[in-house]
Amino acid sequence: MGVTPIKLNFCIFFVNIIIIIKYKILLVCLIFQREGKRLLIDLIVVFPRSSISKSCCGRKSSMAEDSETKKVFDAEAAASLMKELRGTYASGKTRSYEWRVAQLKNLMKIVDDHEKDILDAIRADLSKPEQESYIAEISIIKSSCTRALGELNRWMKPEKVKTSITTFPSSAEIVSEPLGVVLIIGAWNFPLLLALDPAIGAIAAGNAVVLKPSELCPATSSLIAKLVGKYLDSSCIKVVEGAVAETSALLEQKWDKIFFTGSGRVGRIVMAAAAKHLTPVALELGGKCPVVVDSDINLPVAIRRIAGGKWASNNGQACIAPDYIVTTKDFAPKLIDALKHELEAWYGKDPLESKDLAHIVNSNHFARLAKLLDDDKVSGKIIHGGQRDKANLKFAPTILLDVPEDSLVMNEEIFGPLLPILTVDKLEDSFDMITSRGKPLAAYLFTNNKKLKEKFVKTVSAGGLVINDTVLHFAEKTLPFGGVGESGMGSYHGKFSYEAFSHRKSVLYRGFAGDASARYPPYSDRKLKLLKALLSGSVVGVILALIGWS
Amino acid sequence: MAEIENLEPDLEELRESYRSGKTKEASWRKSQLKGLLTLLKEQEKDIFKALEQDLGKHYAESYRDEVGTLTKSVNLALSSLKDWMSSRKAKLPIATFPSTAEVFPEPLGLVLIISSWNFPFGLSLEPVIGAIAAGNSVVLKPSELAPASSSLLAKTIPTYLDKKAVKVIEGGAAVGEHLLRCKWDKIFFTGNPRVGRVVMTAAANHLTPVTLELGGKCPAIFDSFSSSWDKEMVIKRVLGGKFGACAGQACIAIDYILVQEGFAPTLLELLRNMTKKMFGENPRETKSMARIINKKHFLRLKNILDDPSVQSCIVHGGGVDEDNLFIEPTILMNPPLKASIMTDEIFGPLLPIITLKKIEDSIEFINSRPKALAIYVFTKNETLKRRIISETSSGSVTFNDAIIQYAADTIPFGGVGESGFGRYHGKFSFDTFTHEKAILRRSLLTEFWFRFPPWNDFKLALTKSAYRFDYFEFLLVLLGLKKNS
Repeated sequence: MGVTPIKLNFCIFFVNIIIIIKYKILLVCLIFQREGKRLLIDLIVVFPRSSISKSCCGRKSSMAEDSETKKVFDAEAAASLMKELRGTYASGKTRSYEWRVAQLKNLMKIVDDHEKDILDAIRADLSKPEQESYIAEISIIKSSCTRALGELNRWMKPEKVKTSITTFPSSAEIVSEPLGVVLIIGAWNFPLLLALDPAIGAIAAGNAVVLKPSELCPATSSLIAKLVGKYLDSSCIKVVEGAVAETSALLEQKWDKIFFTGSGRVGRIVMAAAAKHLTPVALELGGKCPVVVDSDINLPVAIRRIAGGKWASNNGQACIAPDYIVTTKDFAPKLIDALKHELEAWYGKDPLESKDLAHIVNSNHFARLAKLLDDDKVSGKIIHGGQRDKANLKFAPTILLDVPEDSLVMNEEIFGPLLPILTVDKLEDSFDMITSRGKPLAAYLFTNNKKLKEKFVKTVSAGGLVINDTVLHFAEKTLPFGGVGESGMGSYHGKFSYEAFSHRKSVLYRGFAGDASARYPPYSDRKLKLLKALLSGSVVGVILALIGWS
Repeated sequence: MAEIENLEPDLEELRESYRSGKTKEASWRKSQLKGLLTLLKEQEKDIFKALEQDLGKHYAESYRDEVGTLTKSVNLALSSLKDWMSSRKAKLPIATFPSTAEVFPEPLGLVLIISSWNFPFGLSLEPVIGAIAAGNSVVLKPSELAPASSSLLAKTIPTYLDKKAVKVIEGGAAVGEHLLRCKWDKIFFTGNPRVGRVVMTAAANHLTPVTLELGGKCPAIFDSFSSSWDKEMVIKRVLGGKFGACAGQACIAIDYILVQEGFAPTLLELLRNMTKKMFGENPRETKSMARIINKKHFLRLKNILDDPSVQSCIVHGGGVDEDNLFIEPTILMNPPLKASIMTDEIFGPLLPIITLKKIEDSIEFINSRPKALAIYVFTKNETLKRRIISETSSGSVTFNDAIIQYAADTIPFGGVGESGFGRYHGKFSFDTFTHEKAILRRSLLTEFWFRFPPWNDFKLALTKSAYRFDYFEFLLVLLGLKKNS
């Protein structure tokens, strides 16, 4: 068990984040790696009380006092949290440009200063490879922050708009203002990104924010709580950790916006709770994202991009991961061979041993995926992979060929390493297959056929479409990211994030110079004529009506 | 009930029309908008008649607020359709080179529009214009409280528009409930917050996005004016924005006035005189003001006035005529803030004036109440203007006028907080019924191989520099001159 000094450092970092406080004793989880094997060691370390309150976020110090039982975040706590935030929001603090910039800069600092901590926390929760976490979480947060900082000035500027003769003489503008106090509920599959990326928009737009990271990633959740408490203005930006009970308590409050990432089932609950307070919601859900593959393509490139979007994105546990492939009967064998080859190159002969493959988040999800695979209609269709290791939550990349459309795996979002391949005679048939299902968050097409591309764009409805790649649109700040139909509503990223948390207020300025008496009672036929001219925007008509000619 | 059970085949027909793809065609959208334009032109007289019957609206008012505004909106949609329908290019960083990206506007599918009785044509057809322009199939449920208008819509729309893709379903709460149980791709609701909550709860079952156009108490802040020309103009606009807008039965009608103590007597005098000029000495005989929609609302308003603490504040008008459902233009001075006239949306021809020590106190007054659909400010004071914009929140702010923002197409119309969410008018109507589909097109020629596993430090270093857009460092790492930092 040779623990080198460097690894020890790594362990001490964890002392700060996974903590259950009982009297003065901390229960510490140490996680480190040795020859690819994940070891989990529990240690009990005694710390002096003073260092606890320093190293933990504010909420924990109250927990230390309340030593016997862990303080639950109940309706009462939620109400007092809301009261506090309403107060600070009303003070106008969050509205200033300086405050927003300072918070965004500090957010940037979180990912800059704690890159390693973050990568480790995510590794601990999902055993996600560092590079994956870097590409899909840290780098995206960084670029979101950079963009927001660079453009905030422009985003905040009122937009001047033209006015017509109907309201002449006047000028108008659209002023964006913060919504107020907003709630962001993150998901576990990209535990840092899906909590902080929307928060960037909310902060940039000048709101007070409550963040609820996913409880299924405890290491990341508590790291977020700790770092946000330390780096950001804790009077306006709070993290509430917890599961169903805590979320329910939060949802009872009146928010000015709720931004939710997760499943359709919970999305419905969130929206119904929001309806009580007329709170607008953004729901970032998932769906079965199809990949249509034509035969005239550069196969090695396409395969890498498909496999990258599937298994190199948290082992398929991503809302925009390819869910199933549709290709022609003739091309399927070639495609499968290439996929197998690539998978072996990436993850070796025994993918369960690979460090480059994330594991399944927890045993519930593991059992769900096992059930999909053990379905009688499916179990005989496995043509690659299928290995799994329940104890370590490892699940190998698995390819299924021609599973029946009524099988379980084709009727719910897979959200894991299973990839069914369906075959059709003509590729165009796949479009009907896709549109007959709920609208997915993303749909992918690989082809060089221009006509097919255009038809795809016109007929397939999805949150976003990518042609000749997968997943990549997520990183494009100039594209709105969000679902439609079953895959949700509302979009974000780049300026769209800012808009998701802003109210666009119309402002109309009128002068006193000219006014049409026709607008006011008592009404007459002549006034009607003038009104007709005014509303039709005809200057000549107005003049004619005024001098009584028309 | 028999009527209600028959809905499903109708809805299936609408879904089929959408699936067939015809509503997505520019030609279909254009022909429908033109049909709507013809409807407004040919049925103008009947529309006036229906509005007169339902609400006692003068035809000039009907034209100004409904037919005319709609005509303008259809014309705008027709002339802008091509522009609205074309996809927008989006810029891309070099990390995804070579590729192009665009945002493609796509219809949502089958949408439900539930409208309100106070502007039975305006509030029905304004969203319909957006829904059609965006290429959806549409069900419109007009309000049963304006029966003549509702049945005129049900009668005429099938003859002017494609009845396989646009349908009017008439009915009351039972039909409304039934409709809400069905799965829609969007629900656009105009009405009160109570029903708004019901609509959104029902929509949550199917994850249907909603737009809620609600109301609220829209304040008018009245600063002191000295020039008599300004005073006259401003008073006209205040009264036009209250009694002239369906007798105050409008979600953006002025609900109450905030004024500085010292100026209140002058304001009251001006309001009284102009009210007489507009509606005559005996307002019951005027044809220039609408009546109350029905007995229920009449009694609601009468009850507000009957409260003794409110009754004593009446300084002008106050007369009611139950047989004709008419309430005179009524002005009240400082009614108690706890009385229902100051806690609920008035939605009728009662105009309370609240006096404040300083006009700047109006900001606090407004901020201590739910967010309004509109705030009106009559002032020449630039500092006050700026403060109102930045320190209060509302659907819109209009300076020195009222109601007219409804007719401006370039600014979004919609609420915030208690006054609803979502917006429409002009291009915003089109956007409300559109999904902005993000499209990324990549070529299969080049690839950053370091995007994919198996992972190593070299790939990580490359990724870092690529994401930082630091191409020089990228090159160094690539050439092996720089190690992972």
